[in-house]
Amino acid sequence: MRRALGRLGHLFLVMWVVASLTFVLFRLMPGDPTLNFLSPSFSEETRAALLKGFGLDKSIWQQYLIYMNNLLHGDLGMSFLQGKSVYALLAEALPNTIILTIVSVCGAYAFGIVAGAFLAFQRGGATEAVAIPVALATRAAPEFWLGMLLLAGLSFEAGWFPTGGALSPGEQPGSFSVLLLSRDYWWHLALPALTLMLYLLGLPLLLMRATMLDVLNDEFIVMARMKGLSRWSIIMRHAARNALLPIVTAFALGLGASIGGNVVIESVFAWPGIGRLLVQAVQSADYPLAQGAFILIAAVLVVMNSVADFVYSALDPRVSLRARR
Amino acid sequence: MRGVSALPFALWRFLRCEAFAAVGASIYFCIAMLAIFADRLAPYDPRAILRVGSRVARYLPMSADHWLGTTSSGRDVLSQVIYGTRAALAVGLTAAFVVVAIGTLLGLLSGYLGGWTDRIVTWLADIVLGLPFLPFMLVLAALTHPGTGVVIFTVSALLWPNTARVIRSQVLSLRERAWVEAARVTGCSTTRIMFVHVLPQVLPLAALYGSVAIGWAILAEASASFLGFGDPETLSWGVMLQEAYANQALSRGAWNWFAPPGAAIMSMVLAGFLISRGSEKLLFPKLADQ
Repeated sequence: MRRALGRLGHLFLVMWVVASLTFVLFRLMPGDPTLNFLSPSFSEETRAALLKGFGLDKSIWQQYLIYMNNLLHGDLGMSFLQGKSVYALLAEALPNTIILTIVSVCGAYAFGIVAGAFLAFQRGGATEAVAIPVALATRAAPEFWLGMLLLAGLSFEAGWFPTGGALSPGEQPGSFSVLLLSRDYWWHLALPALTLMLYLLGLPLLLMRATMLDVLNDEFIVMARMKGLSRWSIIMRHAARNALLPIVTAFALGLGASIGGNVVIESVFAWPGIGRLLVQAVQSADYPLAQGAFILIAAVLVVMNSVADFVYSALDPRVSLRARR
Repeated sequence: MRGVSALPFALWRFLRCEAFAAVGASIYFCIAMLAIFADRLAPYDPRAILRVGSRVARYLPMSADHWLGTTSSGRDVLSQVIYGTRAALAVGLTAAFVVVAIGTLLGLLSGYLGGWTDRIVTWLADIVLGLPFLPFMLVLAALTHPGTGVVIFTVSALLWPNTARVIRSQVLSLRERAWVEAARVTGCSTTRIMFVHVLPQVLPLAALYGSVAIGWAILAEASASFLGFGDPETLSWGVMLQEAYANQALSRGAWNWFAPPGAAIMSMVLAGFLISRGSEKLLFPKLADQ
């Protein structure tokens, strides 16, 4: 319990430093920071209200305090582009990013774990000689390029998938739960999710294979073999359970990292998520929106890092094994 | 220096035994050759706008004159890919050197000194791991000025914890060895033990992480360029892909334009992975039978 609280404290500390770094980062930009946060297109009253609300007329320290206070209340300012609040724009984009990430990370790990366990048993064979370089190659390819290849082949040439966006033109983007039931949405999701899955696949596959080999050399496996258990039972009931521990940690880290790493995939497929929002915001100098998206992505990453940390210590093989004995 | 004179021999023996590492090393060799002799090997000036008769040679397919065809602005794709090796090596080597230098130094300090130094480095690493890589690079590029400098800075500032962690754990075990104790007893200063006795022992490991860092740096440069935050003046594979994407190469099915630069990036990053996989066996014999 005390350790969990300590971790929580650590999490907030890291979060605070990252938020402060973001504050500093966004004030590094050239020119008048006041102008950077207030679009010339805003009316005189809006400008005055925002100027006051964000304390842009005050000293940098007061601005920092106001920024932190606003952050804690989820007030991230107004976007230049659409005149909407940053909060509303992020809330609109976040579900799309989460769906894309979860579908592809889960797919990659499910397939990677099975394929990795399989490869561990094909050690030294021809399958391995082909599969390992291929797995390494998918990690080495730029993810947006994989996306471009799939887009050119499966969308533009074969015409099987849409070429971008989340809905066909003319479809109404109702509420999110309606969207989740729409076939059109999933049809649009298929290609970006497949790309991301391909890109992410290598890590769980290689990790599973390596830990499986490690575990298979362990004494308790030799024991199981001596007891005359079937090969399948050894793999599934004894080896895989222990080999899964590092994978679970990597899974948590992978979820956090790929929410931020989706930036390029979302841009290739014009998928309306947080990453694309960040790119658009940065390209059009929409600083409040860029800042909000950046903080959100960083927060997800920090939280998932802590989760991975926690899972790792909670599932540490030595600890749990000792408890079981 | 017994180690140095035996190095070429050891390297040869290593490459002969490790097929993965040998393939990786030959990819690096080819890329280095292409970069050095780019001006002789490239059939055309990569920036020249080529013409067929009086018309600009746009979107030419693969042919004997243009092995990989031409771009939408009538430039030779093969020549651009060949010149791209220079940008890739420049970004990759610089960033890898900086990131490994920082990681090794901090890993060495925190592993050997322990105590507060260790705590501060671990704490810094935790913060850095909380910064999302690509978004950080984009924001930094947008707020300062886009280009290779930002890529190198981001790679060095955000990727050092991986190297530092591994070097640290290696130093922790080296610190307890008898020869370190012996050096301490004979009156060597802490600085001398760290940099003269311990550092050379961890350098191979650092080089291993360097070969992977080259790959990350090239991928980072490609992603930044693709999103429009690269240096448009540089002839890099990322800039080529961005141009292809922006000029409808995908809907035109101009595979000859967008497939080669990506394949070049992939082979170079893969080379780093292969080398590190091969040398892991050399550095950690315990893992060899995996």
